[in-house]
Amino acid sequence: MRKLLKGISILCVFVLLIMATACTEKPAETNAPAATTKEAAAETTAEPVDTGDDLIVVGFAQCKADESDWRMANTASMQETLSEANGYKLILADSNNDAAKQVADVQGFIDQEVDYIVIAAVNMDGWDTVLSSAKEAGIPVILMDRTINASADLYTCWVGSDFKAEGVKATDWISTRFTADDEVNIVNLQGQLGASAQIGRSEALEDAIAANSNWTLLAQQTGEWSTDTAKEIMASWIQQHGDKINVVYAENDNMADGAIQALEEAGMKVGGDDGVAIISFDANRAYLQMTLEGKINCNVECNPLHGPKVAEIIQTIESGGSPAKVEVVEEAAFYYDTITQAIVDARAY
Amino acid sequence: MKMGLFNDRKGPAMLSPSAGKKLLNNRLIFSLLVLMVVVVQNIITTPNFFEITMTNGLLSGYIPNILDEASELIIVTMGMTLVIAASGGVDLSVGPIMAIAASFCGLLLNGSEYRTDVYHSPYFLAILFGLVGAALCGAFNGFLVSRLKIQPMIATLILFTAGRSIAKQITHGQTIYIMNPTYKWLGVQIPGIPIRTTILVSIAIVILVVLLVKLTSLGLYIQSVGINGSAARLVGLNSRVIKFMAFVICGILAGVAGLVSSSSVGSVNSGELGLSIEMDAILAVALGGNNLGGGKFSIAGSVIGAYTIQAITTTLYAMNVRADQLNVFKAIIIIVIIVASSEVFKEKVNRLFRHITKKNVPVGGLSDERQ
Repeated sequence: MRKLLKGISILCVFVLLIMATACTEKPAETNAPAATTKEAAAETTAEPVDTGDDLIVVGFAQCKADESDWRMANTASMQETLSEANGYKLILADSNNDAAKQVADVQGFIDQEVDYIVIAAVNMDGWDTVLSSAKEAGIPVILMDRTINASADLYTCWVGSDFKAEGVKATDWISTRFTADDEVNIVNLQGQLGASAQIGRSEALEDAIAANSNWTLLAQQTGEWSTDTAKEIMASWIQQHGDKINVVYAENDNMADGAIQALEEAGMKVGGDDGVAIISFDANRAYLQMTLEGKINCNVECNPLHGPKVAEIIQTIESGGSPAKVEVVEEAAFYYDTITQAIVDARAY
Repeated sequence: MKMGLFNDRKGPAMLSPSAGKKLLNNRLIFSLLVLMVVVVQNIITTPNFFEITMTNGLLSGYIPNILDEASELIIVTMGMTLVIAASGGVDLSVGPIMAIAASFCGLLLNGSEYRTDVYHSPYFLAILFGLVGAALCGAFNGFLVSRLKIQPMIATLILFTAGRSIAKQITHGQTIYIMNPTYKWLGVQIPGIPIRTTILVSIAIVILVVLLVKLTSLGLYIQSVGINGSAARLVGLNSRVIKFMAFVICGILAGVAGLVSSSSVGSVNSGELGLSIEMDAILAVALGGNNLGGGKFSIAGSVIGAYTIQAITTTLYAMNVRADQLNVFKAIIIIVIIVASSEVFKEKVNRLFRHITKKNVPVGGLSDERQ
């Protein structure tokens, strides 16, 4: 019996060890699964939209208008910029994360003979057919925020964030805080693995660590964008590395929040001039407040306000020009020592 | 009701063939074994795993971390155990119920402000309100299952799907940040007490549930209804009321877990609170050797199952397993446990064991403890 137990224990340990060394492949990029809502795309009719005047008709296929604070701000920005007062007629189709409905919505826009189509894609795949018919109909397609798997000649341009540039803004700040002689020990709370924001932000950090011999990556793990998970992981890192940690690179606001709480509960000083340096991304309102309070040192914005950029692209095409294939929205970084209450109060999301 | 954990206290030194057989039959032995393997693993890889220190007025270390992080799961698992035992089905809506309870609580505390340190209503009233909300959700599930005879998985799928949207409506679609330090008493620490409140709450809940099923014979009723509802009715038990109560208790406990969880991070994020905890809770019940078809159940088993899940996660973090491999590891460990605790596997191992010891054990002796 003892032998048996021993045998099973050894087997289990063995399996663990094999897995620790053997399993190295990365999971494939995850596509957003289609939601189960099966509403038909009935509201879009085949009647051409007749605006009666010279309004530019824009069909906007949003993935899920109220998915997050960020997405809500994104939708609102489009609605405000492409208003009738500004010379546009915006038709918003919210697919509620249903990929099939979204494709049907876009087909509906083509049947309605809109002037432009803007898509924040639910799914990366399945766009070839509908984008080909948009091309045949001569309707320019602008992809927003999310990329798709389709031939580049099927759409006019992509507009969104450059996540790697966001990461570089953060690593630049780290270089200003420490000198070349300082030991910089970084932990990285990654986003959902495979998400484009995670890939870009992690890449920027990896590059900076490779370029600075005094920078060390103590640990990295995915906190899955969640406060709770990030707090748990940070608590584990505090056990392992304790006071050695002097930079926390959290790939979104929620995870920075979790890390800060774990550090504070362990009695460590956070942010400010001499605490553990906290880097965060997204810069939502509550976290700009925390930046103002000095708990977050550097918060890099992920700008949801795509409306003005889309309008700019449309105006370029209207006046006969052609926009660049990749149009990046402007994004700022906020620092604990320069941010003001006015900046926080101005933030709508 | 048998408490599986306490059946076999004999140490390995006293093992006779029949004790060995008994040990194998024990439903908990494999999750305990895995817990042991995890512990051995930690002694090798993480030397300070068992170190407990006092930092910032709190006991800290890996072990307190595991106890702390597992507490929400344990609270939810208690309710899940009762629901599974009584109805033979699962409650999928515990995660969304956590979000609803916390949202009610947050709404009362913060009013319409998204971030403030001023309470708009008394703390205890907000907690009560949150728990009432959770109880109503549980009652809704219980009504669908016990009165309308809808399959538990289908009935609870309604709140599983709609629950987070309801929570979002309650909080006006935004994350609520409750900055008053007293809000963290429930989820972090009451000043002066060195043990995290979450650990105390989870222990208190386990004791309460054990007392409830032991002292009030509710446990016996749940077991009878779960084994055979019609037979239970014939001996005078109202199986509808019993099932209904199991769902209400499960709802209230999910509410407690939601309040604890939101308190530990100081905010209410309806999209995030208790996300996919229902699957972990079902797994914990299964790992604890409980029959997912209803009937007999072991509270101790569920507690061990929940700690096993959390110990695995914490160990993997402590070992710095790469993020993209984390779930593969968890899956393998869980496959090993589930396979090892299956009847067929036990039978095979027992035969092998008999063969090795060359002792005759009566055939059929293996499954005498199972019903």
